[in-house]
Amino acid sequence: MSWAIAIWAGALALAAAALAVTRDSVVHALLLLLGALVALAAAFFALAAPFAGAIQLLIYAGAVVAVFVFVVMTVEAGAAARARERALFAGAWQLPAAVAALALVPMLLRLGGAGAGAPAPAGAAALGRLMFGDWAVVTELLSLLLIAGMIGVRVLRRRQKGGRP
Amino acid sequence: MTGVSVLLAIAAGLFAAGLFGVLARRTILMQLISLEIMLAGPALAFVAAGAHHGMVEGTAMFLIVLALAAAEVALGLAIYLQLRRDAGDGDADAARRLRG
Repeated sequence: MSWAIAIWAGALALAAAALAVTRDSVVHALLLLLGALVALAAAFFALAAPFAGAIQLLIYAGAVVAVFVFVVMTVEAGAAARARERALFAGAWQLPAAVAALALVPMLLRLGGAGAGAPAPAGAAALGRLMFGDWAVVTELLSLLLIAGMIGVRVLRRRQKGGRP
Repeated sequence: MTGVSVLLAIAAGLFAAGLFGVLARRTILMQLISLEIMLAGPALAFVAAGAHHGMVEGTAMFLIVLALAAAEVALGLAIYLQLRRDAGDGDADAARRLRG
């Protein structure tokens, strides 16, 4: 039952994603991305991983999309920009589509029949014990990655404010 | 096909859709959105496999993908703003001359 709900939500996410990458308006693509991320969160809840679903909603659909919205606000999205985008997309989509299909086929061929059964729950307590126990080094590396990203953004913005061209 | 196989196929489809977007779109913002979709595919695969095998590691890997995506978006958007200031264009072709 839960697998069926997860598959339904996942198919919704896939449809929204396929629409998002083919829109000529950035705002439409962003809204469809938001729909795909929320649908994925629903799939995570159905897969008995409520912590992953909550984090997906908070950070992906919340913070990441909000950051995107801030940047999209600075982009001009008039009819001219959309027509230019549409022309660019219509000119060169066949080769990327072929490459994506070539990447997809081997992944699908590897799928075998796996045993059925209800999704096993992944609780936040067990996750915390793993992330801060056996995988503590991984968590530290993640914090390092995030700090590196933060410093990188800071440096980029400082160069922008400084006089150097 | 059982539940987890269908979900893994959907995850592969998400990855392929994102890959298509990254390759086919020229606007950097659209490429970043496609990159997010590309990362969402493995995230779904990890959580589905974790639920299938009853292992919490799937969700832990999802958290790692999430942190990677967050860092990628922050840096990508900062570079995008920088590039648009320098080249006056949100086009990936403007990044042809990457110099310090």
